[in-house]
Amino acid sequence: MKPLHELTVAQIQQQLIEKKFSSREITQHYLNRIDTLNIDYNCFITVDTNGALTAADQADQAIAEGNSTPLLGVPIAHKDIFCTEGLTTTCGSKMLANFVSPYDATVVSKMKTAGAVMLGKTNMDEFAMGSSNETSFFGPVKNPWNLETVPGGSSGGSAAAVAAQLAPAATGTDTGGSIRQPAALCGITGIKPTYGRVSRYGMIAFASSLDQAGPMTKTAEDAAILLNSMSGLDYKDSTSLDTAVPDFTATLDESLAGLKIGIPKEYFDQRLDTAMADAVQASLAELEKLGAKLVDIELPNSALSVPAYYVIAPAEASSNLSRFDGVRYGYRCNEPEDLEDLYTRTRSEGFGEEVKRRILVGTYALSAGYYDAYYRKAQQIRRLIKDDFVRAFEQVDIIAGPTAPSTAFKFGAKTADPVAMYLEDIYTIAVNLAGLPAMSLPAGQLDNMPIGMQLVGNYFAEHKLLNVAHQFQLATQWHTPTPTSLKG
Amino acid sequence: MSINPEQVANTAKLAKLKINADEATEVAERITAILDLVDQMQAVDTKQVEPMANALDAVQRLRIDQANPSENAQARRAAFQTIAPATDQGLYLVPKVID
Repeated sequence: MKPLHELTVAQIQQQLIEKKFSSREITQHYLNRIDTLNIDYNCFITVDTNGALTAADQADQAIAEGNSTPLLGVPIAHKDIFCTEGLTTTCGSKMLANFVSPYDATVVSKMKTAGAVMLGKTNMDEFAMGSSNETSFFGPVKNPWNLETVPGGSSGGSAAAVAAQLAPAATGTDTGGSIRQPAALCGITGIKPTYGRVSRYGMIAFASSLDQAGPMTKTAEDAAILLNSMSGLDYKDSTSLDTAVPDFTATLDESLAGLKIGIPKEYFDQRLDTAMADAVQASLAELEKLGAKLVDIELPNSALSVPAYYVIAPAEASSNLSRFDGVRYGYRCNEPEDLEDLYTRTRSEGFGEEVKRRILVGTYALSAGYYDAYYRKAQQIRRLIKDDFVRAFEQVDIIAGPTAPSTAFKFGAKTADPVAMYLEDIYTIAVNLAGLPAMSLPAGQLDNMPIGMQLVGNYFAEHKLLNVAHQFQLATQWHTPTPTSLKG
Repeated sequence: MSINPEQVANTAKLAKLKINADEATEVAERITAILDLVDQMQAVDTKQVEPMANALDAVQRLRIDQANPSENAQARRAAFQTIAPATDQGLYLVPKVID
């Protein structure tokens, strides 16, 4: 039998029901691995040993009674952006280093109801602002494929935890690429659903019109299983969609014959490393062998996505993060002289450099005299970007290209140049502005480092993306290699 | 568009952040680099384009504005207050605002 940490969620589900092992056994197995290996990767900020074992025992009891829920007894990890009742939720920030939420996020409560066992909370860029995990107050996460390189961000802890087999699956959030880019850099599968598919309630807000949660897993099949439990209307989130949620696993086996895949020429421009482009082209050729047809398309406004995003996201962040004032929860500075000093010192001491920078950019863009030039203009560009996709989806079923312009880069390589770091998300950001679903899956390697392929779907077409990714993973092995650091 | 250290200081004041004098130049330079990136938008004519706030052009779902009495309201209130930096008899404490 395979070691327990090599099993997928689908295999764990099956073998728990067949009583090949108990939830307590596999949960303890993962807790032991975290205990030994987390020091190498820094994936977890908080590990909930007692909570996990209690939940595992309850799951074993339920299994013994013949009950069955979709994730019953399956260990998972949550990004530390999701509020968890009674357990610290830091959002990677000093501001919330001791924050214990009085309630669960909807994603957390839904997965609890589905029977999942939470192992702990994963590390992330502070307030999800970053593409390398280097902005975390709790130190950077290391990429299991090369400990000198970043895991991507902001859901880098979740991506590295799945890659290092410290959790079979994890949750992430994606505002500009924060599920897909770390999934690509760590060689795992991740999906950002259509905006509104998964509730944002209890998910600490960064840019509310862009934020969306999704699963990070070893396989597309596992992503479908997790997404089934995460999705659905929630009245506690005013932008949650009142749209039927299909069983995402039901269409995984559909044939790709006749599927039209759009290849945007803008995603294979000079910014993309040629060896990366070759690897993605080779994976697209695999999809052709499975019956798909490649169609050249244009997304002419895609170069404007990063500029528009760096107005909209900081503007929304500056508003969302105004709640951190040292009064009701979170960090408070010592001995404030007056109310102004309380606010200013709490925020200056509690936020890190990148968070402060984005608050300043957002505040500036929204300040008197600049609103039309920045915020309104960015919202107009946002419509042009959406219209590009709408036109493309009149011609094709899905769109494919690279997830990131390069493989994982070294620590410190982009920290001195915020704009270079922002361009890391050049292929992922447009999707958030348009609110579309998209995923990243392993599609090759360059110098032993994973390469991600991005698939973008039309609104509500997560099932199609998962179907294509699953068929690709049945035909190829790029999702199966073990990271170099685990072999020693 | 560039932003100078003085504009950074004014913006920081609006955002309730303090930028130390020795950091102001570097902060201004980095924000200027971001604004240069953002200014690529200005090359596009968007006179006829309607701004978009939500990709599905959805509007926020509103609920009826009525109180939802909860059986354990007292306990919930206490739970929210235990995580506050300073409270007293159900009130959040802040430095004195009016003498």
